[in-house]
Amino acid sequence: MTNYTSNDPLIIAGREFRSRLWVGTGKYKDFEETRLAIEASGADIVTVAVRRVNITDKNSENLLDYIDPKKYTILPNTAGCYTVEDAVRYSRLARAAGVSDLVKLEVIGDERTLFPDTAGLIEAAKILIAEGFIVLPYTNDDPIVAQKLMDIGCPAVMPLAAPIGSGLGIRNPYNLKIIMDTVKVPIIVDAGVGTASDAALAMEYGADAVLMNTAIAGAQDPIMMATAMRYAVDAGRLAFKAGRIPRKLYATASSPIEGML
Amino acid sequence: MKIIVNGENQEHTVPLTVTTLLQKLDLQTEQVAVEVNLTILDRLTFPTWELQDGDKVEILSFFGGGAS
Repeated sequence: MTNYTSNDPLIIAGREFRSRLWVGTGKYKDFEETRLAIEASGADIVTVAVRRVNITDKNSENLLDYIDPKKYTILPNTAGCYTVEDAVRYSRLARAAGVSDLVKLEVIGDERTLFPDTAGLIEAAKILIAEGFIVLPYTNDDPIVAQKLMDIGCPAVMPLAAPIGSGLGIRNPYNLKIIMDTVKVPIIVDAGVGTASDAALAMEYGADAVLMNTAIAGAQDPIMMATAMRYAVDAGRLAFKAGRIPRKLYATASSPIEGML
Repeated sequence: MKIIVNGENQEHTVPLTVTTLLQKLDLQTEQVAVEVNLTILDRLTFPTWELQDGDKVEILSFFGGGAS
């Protein structure tokens, strides 16, 4: 029996990633839960935020004591940045703190929706790419913007499924499909996933990976949900590669007519 | 001399290098970024970079986060 696995590597800017489920590290109860959920998810790339260290509490623990940077690719984000200047500054700080040129670039346009400011995003991406950053931009489900981000040198594009943390699932499947069809770099569906079927659907549409945080960290049992997401992403990837049957309005019998009495 | 570290006013004796400041704060030099008066320092300069009176120092690292 052939043992099919969806374990075909994802390659971005010459780096090979085993898992097509990427996870955030925010909103967990504690670092131990973060560690267990990430382990259960099978992810090998995790996002982190860049913030001031706590200089008053010397006993405060470090996230990277739990998430080993030798085992996981650490992808710093520019979460919370509303201007090009801030996003560029945080990217540079992330590079100075870390070991790589990778950045998940966010330029947020509005507090209520956390939708990206795509004009600012393109501007910040250009500056950072010129400085040698590998920019993975969090963008809207807009095929034209996604195309522009590819054109300026982003090695992957990360369109949202729905607002960050909303759990609404894929709000605009047709736009996402157009992005997957037209933008010839890996597409990572980022934000908005609520449950496993959302992740599976994104992968069935042809996403190269899915990134999520709240859907796992906010679940009643984050570790169980991380496991569910792992299966969902695998199942969706396999279904995409296997090629689904076309939709038809009427029935087609799957049992033969021949041999009936 | 007086410097501001992560928004907190601090009093230190001179000379004070970035490495010494990090040691005083019990912080590892790995996985932190240090910005002095909006200039991001190369980690290699921590041992020789002497802080001056009135400097505004920001020390940052990685924290749990997904998106905004």
